[in-house]
Amino acid sequence: MAQLIQQNNVTVDAWTTLEIGEGETPDSVALPAGKVIFPLAVWQARKAEIIPGREHIGLLLLPDDKVEDVAADLAHFAVVAVHFPKFVDGRGYSTAALLRQRYHYQRELRAVGDVLHDQLFFMQRVGFDSYALKDGKDAIHAIGKGFAPFSETYQASTDQPAPHFRRRTA
Amino acid sequence: MYKYDAIDRQLILDRVEQFRDQVRRWQAGELTDDEFRPLRLQNGLYIQRHAPMFRIAVPYGMMNSAQLRKLAHVARQYDRGYGHFTTRHNLQLNWPKLTDVPDILAELAEVDLHAIQTSGNCLRNITTDQFAGVAADEVIDPRPLAEILRQWTTFHPEFAFLPRKFKIAISGSQEDRAVTWFHDIGLHLKVVDGVTGFTVIVGGGLGRTPIRGQVVRDFLPWQHILTYCEAILRVYNRFGRRDNAYKARIKILVQALGVEEFGQLVEAEWAHAKDGPATITQAEYDRVAAHFGAPAYATIAAVNTAFEEKKAAEKAFARWVDRNTHAHKVPGYAAVTLSLKPHGVAPGDITSEQMEVVADLADRYSFGELRISHEQNVILADVRLADLHAVWQQAKAAGLATPNIGLLTSMICCPGGDFCDLANAKSIPIATAIQQRFDDLDYLFDIGDIDLNISGCMNACGHHHVGHIGVLGVDKNNDEFYQVTLGGRQGYEARLGKVIGPSFSAGEMPDVVEKIIQVYLENRHPDERFLDTLDRIGVDPFKNRVYEGRAHGKAKQKETA
Ligand code: HEM
Ligand code: SF4
Repeated sequence: MAQLIQQNNVTVDAWTTLEIGEGETPDSVALPAGKVIFPLAVWQARKAEIIPGREHIGLLLLPDDKVEDVAADLAHFAVVAVHFPKFVDGRGYSTAALLRQRYHYQRELRAVGDVLHDQLFFMQRVGFDSYALKDGKDAIHAIGKGFAPFSETYQASTDQPAPHFRRRTA
Repeated sequence: MYKYDAIDRQLILDRVEQFRDQVRRWQAGELTDDEFRPLRLQNGLYIQRHAPMFRIAVPYGMMNSAQLRKLAHVARQYDRGYGHFTTRHNLQLNWPKLTDVPDILAELAEVDLHAIQTSGNCLRNITTDQFAGVAADEVIDPRPLAEILRQWTTFHPEFAFLPRKFKIAISGSQEDRAVTWFHDIGLHLKVVDGVTGFTVIVGGGLGRTPIRGQVVRDFLPWQHILTYCEAILRVYNRFGRRDNAYKARIKILVQALGVEEFGQLVEAEWAHAKDGPATITQAEYDRVAAHFGAPAYATIAAVNTAFEEKKAAEKAFARWVDRNTHAHKVPGYAAVTLSLKPHGVAPGDITSEQMEVVADLADRYSFGELRISHEQNVILADVRLADLHAVWQQAKAAGLATPNIGLLTSMICCPGGDFCDLANAKSIPIATAIQQRFDDLDYLFDIGDIDLNISGCMNACGHHHVGHIGVLGVDKNNDEFYQVTLGGRQGYEARLGKVIGPSFSAGEMPDVVEKIIQVYLENRHPDERFLDTLDRIGVDPFKNRVYEGRAHGKAKQKETA
């Protein structure tokens, strides 16, 4: 189990992620009750079934998934999870930046998959606010050191829309 | 040059502490090798044949004497007393201990040096013209925008894990000395109707798939360069291939989509960011540009009689002036290239003692600053004509005055099989053998301008594709062989060389080069450089000479049926 970090604490994850098993398809997979994170393909195929009666809906985006395809649906989601299959696959950073900056998605944005200490800083900057730190890693050290290795940032991003040069006083 | 302020400096110190903690966690087993590798690469540290290699950034090639003295110290204290200047404005150490690197970084930080993003699949060091700010043919000084871009690339959150490495070069002069056609992004500064801006080139690169870049936007006013680069990088980060490292550079994406479609994606992306907060302000440009103001030049005559007299009296000095000095925009000054290509030493190598001599020369004669060129030499940019003789004598005593800039023996050469794990063949011994064969200065001067570039494998760190003569190490049945190309060139007319035929053994290489030179000498018209003759007569005469007496390789005879 990954360790879920939110607001500098390790918290209990109330969500489950729907997995499409052997022999199942997005069209056939059973839709469990409760707080469920649905893969994009399932959401797209079964939206009409998923929406009625559910208070909390989550969405899972894989690196290949295009944010543009769900832009109109974002109001439905209480959480969007962006999957990093390997931490060196940086597509999720652009996914997050687009969700926050272009489509103004406001609710929980969670990094899942190969989520490690040394990427937390970048993830926070592009707009993640929830991190499923890989199992076995030191969550306390990650919370202590991982988010703020640098005292200032040059570029504009989600967490700081003004680049440093616009914030200079002198 | 740019002086770091408190924030710039704090970020480097933060980086040292971050890396120290990363090394500690790796040693404690909290980070696996796979997890640590990209982190150390982004600090310039990679493991090679003998030891880790460690690459220190010299952003856009500018350095002051205190920084060079620190590099001399670091090379002496933590390595074997020498370093290697690369083709991309970096200094590489070949033998440091991995566990010393946090301490090395801490020492470097004292003089505002670092190794941030000098390797790895991220935004790399920005490179530019070694004569920026002083070249007589300069249109706009590229350094303020290079510094603004450096800050933008540093720890960019969205682009820290790209499909592959990403290199940006800027040029602001009539002649392109920054190889901009062969970078992931190449930027040409120019003025159109009184407006300063860039021509933006994308998708160039050497490496195993050499491709000349293509213009994605003919003119972009300078204020938009950050937002436009963000747009390019976002398109690349999202859609660049990640399934195959050899196909992951942006050049492959641009080829696959075509530059038109790629450009449309970029423009669509840019439409959202254009005129947003990342648009560069005039105030920021002015702040940074103030650091690159002209030094306190003296008002002196454009002609110096004592200098002219010494030139007339001493042939060796005159030769050095001819090859190793460059026109300056201020009367009475010249830019000096200190050659790191003495015969018999690996091109680009410099000892700690030499670094100290260069630092002293810079302090005494060139406002305490120096530059690194992509040809792996050191430049003193602002020397008075009256001081050239003294500079020459002191440089000569330190082995830094080989008058061979632009000549055959001033080669670009990668570390090759002596140091590099990826090599198919050694490259330094080939460079050395060619230098020995052409050790006669009169002969070298007679041959004139010619670029000979050597890489030990198709990764092309030695830029062999753009050498007039290119030499590439290849592996044939586990033996080291060398493939020769002719006609490559850098500059605005940049072009890739063409392979002339079957490859050669190491022992044959000096002969091969000599034959190529002979064909040129026999065929040249007065005032024709090697490249001109080659372009006029074509490659066949060269092939026929080189492959004379061999079964394969000669040009096909035209059928006369
Ligand atoms: C021994 C250590 C080195 C290794 C393992 C190494 C490895 C590589 C590799 C794998 C590439 C190709 C990357 C790609 O196409 O995606 C490359 C490119 C390059 N290397 Fe090196 N390199 C080394 C040293 C150097 C040195 C010392 C220099 C400078 C003299 C250098 C300059 C370059 C340049 C300019 C390129 C870019 C070529 C392009 O545009 O694609 N490298 N290197
Ligand atoms: S060209 Fe090949 S052999 Fe030479 S340094 Fe680069 S990777 Fe190594």
